[in-house]
Amino acid sequence: MDAPAISDQVFKSRTSKRLEDEEICMQCKKFSLYYGDKQALFDIDLKIPSRRVTAFIGPSGCGKSTLLRCMNRMNDLIDGIKLEGELTLNGQDVYHRSVNVTDLRRRVGMVFQKPNPFPKSVFENVAYGLRLQGVTNRREIEDRVEWSLKSAALWDEVGDRLQDNAFDLSGGQQQRLVIARAIAIQPEVLLLDEPASALDPISTLKIEELIFELKSQYTVVIVTHNMQQAARVSDYTAFLYLGKLIEFGATDKLFTNPTEKQTEDYITGRYG
Amino acid sequence: MQDIKTKKPGFFKSGTPWVWLNAGAVSASIIMVVGLLILIAVRGLGHFWPKTVWEFDYLEYGETIVLMGERSKVETIPVSQLQSSGRTYDFDQEFVERTLLKTGNRDVYGFDFKLIVKPNEVKVRKPEDAIVFERTQWGNFYGYLQAIREQGNELSIDSSMLWNELKKRIKRVDKLRERIHEIEKEDIGAINYKIEKLRLQQRKIELLGNLDKAELDRIAAQKVAYDEEYAVLKQELDSLYADIKRDSVDMQVMTGQRVQISLADILKATRPNSMGVGEKLLHYFINLKNFITEDPREANTEGGIFPAIFGTVMMVLLMSIIVTPFGVVAAIYLREYAKQGFITRLVRISVNNLAGVPSIVYGVFGLGFFVYLVGGRIDEWFYPEALPAPTFGSGGLMWASLTLALLTVPVVIVATEEGLARIPRSIREGSLALGATKAETLWRTVIPMASPAMMTGLILAVARAAGEVAPLMLVGAVKLAPSLPVDFNAPFIHLERKFMHLGFHIYDVGFQSPNVEAARPLVYATALILVVVIVVLNLSAIYIRNHLREKYRTMEQ
Repeated sequence: MDAPAISDQVFKSRTSKRLEDEEICMQCKKFSLYYGDKQALFDIDLKIPSRRVTAFIGPSGCGKSTLLRCMNRMNDLIDGIKLEGELTLNGQDVYHRSVNVTDLRRRVGMVFQKPNPFPKSVFENVAYGLRLQGVTNRREIEDRVEWSLKSAALWDEVGDRLQDNAFDLSGGQQQRLVIARAIAIQPEVLLLDEPASALDPISTLKIEELIFELKSQYTVVIVTHNMQQAARVSDYTAFLYLGKLIEFGATDKLFTNPTEKQTEDYITGRYG
Repeated sequence: MQDIKTKKPGFFKSGTPWVWLNAGAVSASIIMVVGLLILIAVRGLGHFWPKTVWEFDYLEYGETIVLMGERSKVETIPVSQLQSSGRTYDFDQEFVERTLLKTGNRDVYGFDFKLIVKPNEVKVRKPEDAIVFERTQWGNFYGYLQAIREQGNELSIDSSMLWNELKKRIKRVDKLRERIHEIEKEDIGAINYKIEKLRLQQRKIELLGNLDKAELDRIAAQKVAYDEEYAVLKQELDSLYADIKRDSVDMQVMTGQRVQISLADILKATRPNSMGVGEKLLHYFINLKNFITEDPREANTEGGIFPAIFGTVMMVLLMSIIVTPFGVVAAIYLREYAKQGFITRLVRISVNNLAGVPSIVYGVFGLGFFVYLVGGRIDEWFYPEALPAPTFGSGGLMWASLTLALLTVPVVIVATEEGLARIPRSIREGSLALGATKAETLWRTVIPMASPAMMTGLILAVARAAGEVAPLMLVGAVKLAPSLPVDFNAPFIHLERKFMHLGFHIYDVGFQSPNVEAARPLVYATALILVVVIVVLNLSAIYIRNHLREKYRTMEQ
């Protein structure tokens, strides 16, 4: 492992708990997914611990994004999907008929690969989720927008240009804005789908530091192509390959001493 | 190692002919558009310039006669063409210049125009004191001022002061005419409207069968009150009419005849030959202003086109108000909610094909469905008291707007659908991931972002609708509408009324008027105004679209 130690604190504050002792936030039990006749996920068994960063790694097309998008049911938008098994949030089946999807998405926020701010002002972008929830008190919205932007480490940069169009921000700022937008509605879980892959190294570093900050309050699940990134920011790592969960465990252990041969091959760069 | 080839590719291979072909096509289009605009602008706008009045000693059938008028068209034709029309000329040249002389004075000579040929023009003069009258009827008048009469008695004024005196008296007549117009159109019009309303109320009560005595008495009393009001106005009107007819002028025309003309018939008097360029310019703009702001006269061949401009704009606006929500909602369903499959494809194909249906077919549909069926039912249910006179059961502004909305709805649907399809998926997902429902996502992000595309659709719709004439002839455009669809009588907007339309006006003036030759410049001028109206409507829509575009500019991909 030759990942450069970008930030020492990252490693220092990594959890020392064992997975068995963690409080579990989301869990997959024998979870399978089919696109029509094609099976994309095979019997995934996975526990996402609370207030930790869990990373999904694996080669392209291995199903890591698919799994992530199942967690807040973004896959509902795609026709012809079939699911088997169970996916729970705090012990409650996410795909149960009685579940209100919009409520679920409010509790399980998501940030996408490409920054996707709305064509509105910075302020309105962050306030979007609040307005959806029916918050009308101007004061309350302002406070929450400020808090979110501060939490997303963006306040110092955009605090004085809240009325500017969000498209005027740089790519890295846009991505942090999108994260601020997601945490403004205070979700329990934050799903990050390759949040830094479209950004330059400096912006990437900022996002990684932010992820690190966020885990004190949120359960974070991150999909990444970048193994160094997974090693830097995550407490736990899951390695998926061809729709199957090959290995899941503490990041340190998975990267330094993987149990499975396939994992070792992948992290040493022999395929993928 | 092989050298890079230094030989240039052949002429065809280099692509140069393509560049020339494409550039040529663009130039041809530009030339055609600009040429068209220049043609109608020159022909149309030239009409308002005060023209010189010429006087000729003209040789006809061996006699010399005097002619006076404006040169309205000059052309060079071969002599053989003249001879083939039956007359014999013994000119030794091959071509002659022929002038179409506008002599006016239709009431005196029975014709407005006379064709004259150059070789027979013995002498040409430009008399300073030739006067042109624009009249309320019989077209223009050309002649010399001889005397002014008050109550039929000739005033003893020095001949050099006559012209100034005439101008003064015409001003007085103008004021009186304005007042008469005010009383007739507004005051008496309002009373007639109210009386008609009362009649309908009474008829309604009779139809219902319960002859409420008190109500009928009230109506009768009301009617008496209105009649009294009317009588007062009528009296004022009569005295005004007597007043306006007080003065008259004696004019000498080119045949030497003396003609008496009442000042009440004269709208404007000018002496174009004695005008300087500045004065001509002033009159030019006055003429242009009158053309735009006045009502038409003499079967549309004189006067202005204001009701037609008003009707066109009103109809286009109404059409926009109808077509935009309708088309947008349909497009949203097609694109966002409907399951994409065979049926949606079929619907889409049908919508696209609707755009290709000849517009007159829409007119027929509008007449059969809107006017007769829907309008007929509305009349039966809501206006039975007015029957057999139709209210909504005949062509009108609303049916015309609806018909055109139907005609243009495919354009709006297609443009909106394209706009919706262009909204990146990531934006929708971003909204959904924040816990928005599909409807919330649509309302808060997708539709605002697609609004420039909707405006584009509307722009295309307006461009198409404003120029459409054929269907309108069936569903409400008329040669002369007695009143505008908007006035001061409640409910202020009268959607059932017939209206005038610039496109139809062009057709009517150009081909259906009693004096096509005299009206030809008006055809060009009206065409120019129609183009200007469409351009203005489009520019305002484009302005709004650009504003929206700036506001919802999408990510630079």
